[in-house]
Amino acid sequence: MSATISTRGLKKEYGDKIAVADLTLDVEQGEVFGFLGPNGAGKTTAVKMLLGLISPTSGRGEILGAPLGNHRAREKVGFLPEHFRFHDWLTAEEFLRLHGNLYRVSSGLLETRIAELLDLVGLERHAEKKLRAFSKGMLQRIGLAQALLNEPDLIFLDEPTSGLDPVGRRLVRDIIRDLSAGGTTVFLNSHLLSEVEITCDRVAFIRQGEVLTTSSLQSLVEGELTVEIRASNLNQAVLDGLARWGDNIRADGDHLSLTLSSEADMPAINRFLVENGVDIYAIRPKQLSLEDLFIQVVGTEGGL
Amino acid sequence: MTIFVIARLTFREAARRKILLAALLLGLIYLAIYGVGFYYVNQDTTSSQFGPGLLELNQIRNFLFMAGLYVVNFLTVMMAVLTSVDTLSGEIASGTIHTLVSKPLQRWEIVFGKWLGFVGMLSLYLLLMAGGTIVLVYAISGYIAPNVLRGLSLIWLNAILLLGVSLAGGAVLSTLANGVLVFGMFGIAFVGGWIEQIGSFIQNQTAVNVGIVSSLLIPSEALWKRAAFEMQSPLVSALGFSPFTAASMPSQVMVFYGMIYAVLALMLAIRLFSKRDL
Repeated sequence: MSATISTRGLKKEYGDKIAVADLTLDVEQGEVFGFLGPNGAGKTTAVKMLLGLISPTSGRGEILGAPLGNHRAREKVGFLPEHFRFHDWLTAEEFLRLHGNLYRVSSGLLETRIAELLDLVGLERHAEKKLRAFSKGMLQRIGLAQALLNEPDLIFLDEPTSGLDPVGRRLVRDIIRDLSAGGTTVFLNSHLLSEVEITCDRVAFIRQGEVLTTSSLQSLVEGELTVEIRASNLNQAVLDGLARWGDNIRADGDHLSLTLSSEADMPAINRFLVENGVDIYAIRPKQLSLEDLFIQVVGTEGGL
Repeated sequence: MTIFVIARLTFREAARRKILLAALLLGLIYLAIYGVGFYYVNQDTTSSQFGPGLLELNQIRNFLFMAGLYVVNFLTVMMAVLTSVDTLSGEIASGTIHTLVSKPLQRWEIVFGKWLGFVGMLSLYLLLMAGGTIVLVYAISGYIAPNVLRGLSLIWLNAILLLGVSLAGGAVLSTLANGVLVFGMFGIAFVGGWIEQIGSFIQNQTAVNVGIVSSLLIPSEALWKRAAFEMQSPLVSALGFSPFTAASMPSQVMVFYGMIYAVLALMLAIRLFSKRDL
């Protein structure tokens, strides 16, 4: 696997204000990469730097093997901007034709592609309608279709579901999954954690223009978990015996919590407790959600 | 070619605006008034029993023709500025530019494409207005002014030059600030041009120099003066002064300067837009 996006120390300053302090990232081909952070953390600025809309103050980077800002690299890049403001005097079909031409899609292929995409995003009945008459959700859908015209190898989606209802969100999720299955790298900018949790393979957390950590969501699911147990007849021997499955054991009266290395140990613990005469009222696994992780990493100040 | 995709988009966008419709309507009203006016003046002067000779007749016809082209020049210049003043700044402000610049094309292609689109529209407009005037004058009186093609080229250059300035301003300024800039410069050139005329008439060298400096700042008025000089009748040139002709006629060097200026303005627009964060 080769890196689709690779950046080292990208920085953007506007006068005294630092929008992005240090963007160092590697995104692999075919990955769905979530870019998370509170509002104003520099997510959009980062994406704009990757697309060559903004030139970085310092640092370097590549997308699809070409240096940032190189227009050739954008041949296989799709982009759905955050505010999806388009030339609204065009009809949906004209709009897609315009952007298909800018992608240099051959005219024969383009017409089939336009029909396919209008169908995909559920706007086939609105092909002749002017974008001015579109709702927010419809604009986001047509914007998404626009980003798919060139069958991209890399697609940037900046808050792609902000204007969508639950049906639209599911549609976007399905499209992302299909793209990823087809080998397209998806770079998803979002603050909707539940969306990211469902769709992304890996996430980066950004705050005040700095990537704090990147982690795979798989490790989040399969990683350690804390189990809370409510039981009576607990004694020191039992607590000592539990040490073989986990550490960080804390007992407080009838409440017991311990951290396991894997969920698979839970039945064994249950059996062990029962065999040792402990009366169990509840065993609750407490999985770390993306939201917990977000708050842990980014903090609770949020975007200001 | 993606340049032509942008050019077509620009042409279509300008064409669907009310500005173009208004300009076309005003243009048609102008042509109608002009045609009727020219017809009666021509009829009166030719049928008068103290009938002027052909020399004086052509004098009057040339004067009226120049008056018509003065309006055409003004309308074309207005069109050049009003349609292009927000084409970059407006797209930057609204964010529609983002889907364009993220495509596999270079920034200069966007600016050059837009420029081409506007040049196409302005050329058509000028052709329609000036062509209408020429055809009317010819149909009514059979008169054709000298060097019409050269004169029209200069009016065309004038519009292209202001288009370049308006694009360059729009690459860095807001629409409003850009409008103030372009019309401010146009105003300076206009006032400077007249100071030069009057200065030349009363033989005041300082006033002439003020005019020359303003023409260097932006040679739009100078280009019109040269266009008027090219098309005026030889007799007027000999007599020296009429509102549409030049006492101090801008030199060929100024015309050349105007061409360079128009090219540089476009290049500046490209450079400014290419460097800009969007």
